[in-house]
Amino acid sequence: MNVPGDLKYTKSHEWVRIEGDTATIGITDHAQSELGDIVFVDLPNEGRQLGAEEVFGSVESVKAVSDIYSPVSGEVVEANGTLGAQSELVNSDPYGQGWLIKVKLNGESEGLLSASEYEATL
Amino acid sequence: MKPIPLIFEKSRPGRIGCNLPKADTPEVDVQAILGETRDGVAWPEIGELDMLRHFTNLSHRNYGIEIGFYPLGSCTMKYNPKINERTAGLTGFTHTHPMQPEETIGGFLEVYASCMDILKEITGFDDITMQPVAGAHGELACLMLIKAYHESRGEGAQRRVVLVPDSAHGTNPASAARCGYVVKTIPTAEDGNTDLEALAKELGPDTAAFMVTNPSTLALFETNITKVCQMVHEAGGQVFCDGANMNAMVGTTRPGDHGFDCMHLNLHKTFSTPHGGGGPGCGAIGLKSHLAPYMPGPVITRNDAGQAVLDHDRPHSIGRVSGFFGQSLMAVRALTYFLAYGREGMSSISRYSVLNANYVKARLKDVLPAAHDRPCMHECVLTAKQYKEYGVRALDLSKALIDYGFHPPTNYFPLIVPEAFMIEPTETEAKETLDAFCDALIEICEKAKTDPDALHAAPTKAIVGRLDEAAAVKNLDVRYQPA
Repeated sequence: MNVPGDLKYTKSHEWVRIEGDTATIGITDHAQSELGDIVFVDLPNEGRQLGAEEVFGSVESVKAVSDIYSPVSGEVVEANGTLGAQSELVNSDPYGQGWLIKVKLNGESEGLLSASEYEATL
Repeated sequence: MKPIPLIFEKSRPGRIGCNLPKADTPEVDVQAILGETRDGVAWPEIGELDMLRHFTNLSHRNYGIEIGFYPLGSCTMKYNPKINERTAGLTGFTHTHPMQPEETIGGFLEVYASCMDILKEITGFDDITMQPVAGAHGELACLMLIKAYHESRGEGAQRRVVLVPDSAHGTNPASAARCGYVVKTIPTAEDGNTDLEALAKELGPDTAAFMVTNPSTLALFETNITKVCQMVHEAGGQVFCDGANMNAMVGTTRPGDHGFDCMHLNLHKTFSTPHGGGGPGCGAIGLKSHLAPYMPGPVITRNDAGQAVLDHDRPHSIGRVSGFFGQSLMAVRALTYFLAYGREGMSSISRYSVLNANYVKARLKDVLPAAHDRPCMHECVLTAKQYKEYGVRALDLSKALIDYGFHPPTNYFPLIVPEAFMIEPTETEAKETLDAFCDALIEICEKAKTDPDALHAAPTKAIVGRLDEAAAVKNLDVRYQPA
């Protein structure tokens, strides 16, 4: 299972890449593999304020619809519009083109897992 | 297997299937009544025999309980005895009109009342209504009763939270949300029961209800159920029983005695009224007397002389939840089923369904271990996670079963079990059928290790091969386009 070392993770299988005051968020390779083929991604509008651990959207696979939780608190500045037509990118490239949202951080993010800590939960 | 052409492709201009008598009423201009009509609507033009062959051939491609084993977990695809259809087809029932005056439908009301009397005895509840027309509809009706109850006590605004276990059917949180409640999830403990500590933490003055499926979707009997009901009641909440798994309890134990306030029943699962093809269903609900004032009206009840009558005088009723009395022929079928089994025979439903599921679980334990090592109820939840290292998922095992002539079991539910494989044999299967099914699965699991690609290619003997499920969802193609 691919767990890149430069990212932070949550127990609920989201990853987050923090660059300056912006966080990019997606779901992990493990999550996409457990969910199976993803057919629809429901993402928030820009400007929405998110609290850490707040549900911000959902992914629908051929098996189930699952909530996605925000690993950080902040304001949504961009949602990955490409996924509307190509939700399969979440399966094929979960850490790259399959990213879900970008968030402008407010405050420190707490309780995130390192790659090795996340791997230990799998 | 050759594909069957569409009926439109068999159409030839001018060919007709039946000769209607000459109209004995004046002709009218359809367009004058309907306005603009669409041109070019292609109706198939086909002879009667060709049409008959077309649909008979299509029916041969169908798979149902009357073709073979149908172990779809959480669905109770049990055999519906033919005698049910015989009584439901009696003209006294089929020729009844919904608008008939009450005094002319005494027979139908008696069928309902008898059915309700028996359901009360089976479930241990004080009252039954058969108005809801589906399981989720029954759930919703129960929550509406609970809401009306809290409101009557002045606690409507305060009690806003409905608790739902993480193993629940998706309809539970949906019904609660539809009633305007905030839904909170209660985790499952290691042993498969409700996590009592987590429950205690969430219970409080804002608790409206706890929705419990018993036996749970993990196919385990909630052994703490009396304690759970007590805890919720002490917090002032109500306890709803999702009755999807009632098949494991019929004639053996009663949810009303466990402490539940209300429950729904799927007559179309547990009590052998038809199920496939989307219904019609009957999501009857049972309730304790404190909820009775709010029941959907009019209520079918018995007068002092014991006659079945309609009670319209229910000022606190939540109102109708469906037109008329629900799916009335479901009551005829269920009553037939009850009477055919008889009081003594009724417990054989739960005993044999539980025995069959435990037999399957035991026969498969080496290839597909149970998610929880406890005696299961009327179905068993197994896990196929050991085959992931060979690149084989539960779905691949299921697709391979199709080539052996079996309907696959439920996959990936409950969500909390990895690679879930949920088998519900029901009580009506012979040991030979269960053995043939288990033999096939054991062979398939062996193949998962030695020839995983063969399983990825399955099914190969069915009319269509493996479908691209993601593409099927995203690129809907459901319209016939004339060439």
